[in-house]
Amino acid sequence: MKQVLSLKVNGEQFDVEVAPHRTLLEVIRESIGLTGTHKGCDEGDCGACTVLMDGKPIASCLVLAMEAQGKEILTIEGLADGDKLHPLQEAFINTGAIQCGFCTPGMILTAKGFLDENPKPTEEEIKKAISGNLCRCTGYVQIIEAIREASKTLQNVR
Amino acid sequence: MTTEFSVVGKGLPRVDSILKATGQARYGDDYSLPGMLHGKILRSPHPHAKILTIDTSKAEKLIGVKAIVTGKDFPPGAKYGFSAPTRDQTPLAVEKVRYIGDEIAAIAAVDVDTAEEALDLIKIDYEILPSVFDPEEALKDGAPQIHDHAKNNISAESHFAFGDVEKGFKESDYIREDTYLTQPIKHGFLEPHASLAFWDSSGKVTLWANKQSPYIVYRKLEMGLGIPLSKMRIIQTYVGAGFGSARSDPFALDFCSIMLSKKTGKPVKVVYTMRDVLVMGEMRHPFKMEVKTGVKKNGKIMAIQCRVIADGGAYNSIGPFSIALAGFFIAIPYRVQNTRYDAYRIYTNKSFCGSFRGHCIAQLRFALGQQLDQIAHDLKMDPMELHLKNASQPGDTTPEGYKITSCGLEECINKAAENSGWQKKRKKLPPFRGIGMGTSGFITGVKLSGHNSASAVIKMQEDGTASLLTGATEIGQGSSTVLAQIAAEVLGLRVEDITINEGVDTDTTPIDPGTYGSRVSFYSGNAVKKAAENVKSQLKEIAAQALEANPADLEFKDRKVFVRGFSEKGVSIDRLVRYAQNKLGKTIIGHASYDSGIEFVDYQTGKGNLSATYTFACDVVEVEVDPETGQITLTNCVGAHDIGKALNPTLCEGQLNGAFVMAQGQLLYEDLIRQDGKVLNPSFRDYKMPTAVNIPKHHKNILVETNDPEGPFGAKEVGEGASVAIFPALANAIHDAIGVRIKELPITAEKVLKAIKEKKKNNNL
Repeated sequence: MKQVLSLKVNGEQFDVEVAPHRTLLEVIRESIGLTGTHKGCDEGDCGACTVLMDGKPIASCLVLAMEAQGKEILTIEGLADGDKLHPLQEAFINTGAIQCGFCTPGMILTAKGFLDENPKPTEEEIKKAISGNLCRCTGYVQIIEAIREASKTLQNVR
Repeated sequence: MTTEFSVVGKGLPRVDSILKATGQARYGDDYSLPGMLHGKILRSPHPHAKILTIDTSKAEKLIGVKAIVTGKDFPPGAKYGFSAPTRDQTPLAVEKVRYIGDEIAAIAAVDVDTAEEALDLIKIDYEILPSVFDPEEALKDGAPQIHDHAKNNISAESHFAFGDVEKGFKESDYIREDTYLTQPIKHGFLEPHASLAFWDSSGKVTLWANKQSPYIVYRKLEMGLGIPLSKMRIIQTYVGAGFGSARSDPFALDFCSIMLSKKTGKPVKVVYTMRDVLVMGEMRHPFKMEVKTGVKKNGKIMAIQCRVIADGGAYNSIGPFSIALAGFFIAIPYRVQNTRYDAYRIYTNKSFCGSFRGHCIAQLRFALGQQLDQIAHDLKMDPMELHLKNASQPGDTTPEGYKITSCGLEECINKAAENSGWQKKRKKLPPFRGIGMGTSGFITGVKLSGHNSASAVIKMQEDGTASLLTGATEIGQGSSTVLAQIAAEVLGLRVEDITINEGVDTDTTPIDPGTYGSRVSFYSGNAVKKAAENVKSQLKEIAAQALEANPADLEFKDRKVFVRGFSEKGVSIDRLVRYAQNKLGKTIIGHASYDSGIEFVDYQTGKGNLSATYTFACDVVEVEVDPETGQITLTNCVGAHDIGKALNPTLCEGQLNGAFVMAQGQLLYEDLIRQDGKVLNPSFRDYKMPTAVNIPKHHKNILVETNDPEGPFGAKEVGEGASVAIFPALANAIHDAIGVRIKELPITAEKVLKAIKEKKKNNNL
């Protein structure tokens, strides 16, 4: 039986009717229509579906939509401030950290959740933080560079 | 001669990066149409069985199910595949299934859950047939025959011989014979296959799909569906990476979404799960290689002989070409006069193999590169000396007929050695630390029958920007960006002035094999360059009148056309375009095609010039092995790559880094484990690809620019060959670290630990 669910995504309230077994990933993509959060393995192994839930990176394919009620969800579509890109997005664009782009939204959000907690990370800490986000294209080097660049920009802003 | 370019050679941001960084790029599953149905595919649970009856009656009755298709819904006898003699696939299984995962039926329903439930309601009566999983067992007389046409389950054979190997071995001072084994590897892209099809009321089919070779797909769809090409339109969505034939071919989801749409009159979307992707065919061929190399005592290679058994799986795909390609590459990157190659691709009742980044050349280099390293070790020579002594040189013509034009292999070897501290470290590292070197050569645009044209069309817009149309496919490697850079450079525009088609649309974009055969930068790049020059000459004619100058004296820069040396007195390009439109009544449209002019290689004999030009590389890898766990850490890695010209150095770095880590994965962790034909690890949890914590501590890429005479602005390929030299380099480094050569991939921690323990035991005896 479908139930009405009230979700707060990117600062906006969405009332959707969902069956209880639907994942947050499915509801974000299909009921709300935000397709920037990608469905990769759908089993919690690849990180492509990462969103922030109350500021923490989660695999949205492993979270039931019902569990997200009352929480703040941030997807990639909510990261930029109008047409002003977030420093992470700028850094990813400038360092060549994006190739096919499929892992990018999840990778950027994992990085955001991480930098919010650890604004001055070492390279090892960055690598560990994104070790749950697979990328088959870049070999991670430019992604790590982008996160380092963004951390510097964010520190200057603070 | 180095020329300062305005746009080419600069590490500019990708043209599609903003859309990708903000989640607005639309991939296969991001497309929807009103009234759309959802499809699911039924896969065989048996490795080899005859299909006796398929009863879909119960499934049809489930509320929400709108249509079901089986093999019988497709034109009888219709087969599709790489080439006419090797075509052996049908859209869905017809008489029998040949591997666990072989597709049998498809259902379209109002939602995915209903379609999935309905799959369970399809009743199939099978006659189980004996199956065979080992290729050498499958070759034997009396083994279960998987395809009627293939005696002894031989899917394909390649036999090449040049010079006289027997003579070469007789003249050798030292000969080694070794056997090497590689494993099945999945492409590992994160985006599953997704297709949305609509068979409209006029009988036209539109398919939105994440393909890297939409034209190859549309031709094969025509074969399997029996509908004319004019009734088929493929629109390429954004593609979440490819790495080989998994994105170049149609599969059940494409055929079935189309047929289900025909039956229901509604759009039908089929999206595979990652489990589907890991269970279905398309992966790197496992190779068993018996290799024999003979050298003179000064290290000169006299003869190479290679016998390959490739485990092809249940169907051909591009496999017959794959094993030929491996054989073509004995000729490079070493000068060898006497070679012999015998390869057999064998059908087995497992998921089938196709093309994969590096396309069988990687397996061969793993074997030959390690064997050469062992020879150096046995002769107490520096492997670097061996590489240099035998290295391909510019101007070489190999016995096969390959014409090496630009070749920076020697420079690559020297630079890799210099930057890695090779001489300082070789033989001087402490136990369990090792350094290894590997080299490779690769094709840039092999000429394949049936898929060779590369063309571009450029239309000038009235604001002076350009609209560029090509059949090249952006799959993450950066083709859209470099093609835009090439057009901008020729026309004196900025990259942001070039609007390149977001994806291929077979109705409008020029036919092209797509991202296939390492050809995009070279072939499409040259086509774009020529098309831009065509536009340039049209604009020159108009500008020459306006400036009262000779067209030959005109230059294009900063969005203006001016007489050379008088840049302040020019006319802006947008004014020229509007002049043409308003006064002359014409749109400035330029177009061009590019063909390298090389002949086709004879696939029976291996004779001919395989590729318009070749890239070369040398990798030096340093490792640290933990003697307690066998775990390998890559410490310092240096790769020197002759790529002709870096059209965009940032994108080149990305390709080189990605290729390295992909190779590392295959060397150390990845293995598609199949038991009795069943994939035991169809998930990324258990099919272990490298993560950010696995990459080398230090990795340096050196771009060696040999400025190829034929490549656009001197460019050759960079995405594929880059991965090949790492195979021998890393394997050789491990041997150097532990004193044991592991000849079977993946070189896991368990294998390393076992080797260390055995060596210790043998030393104590």
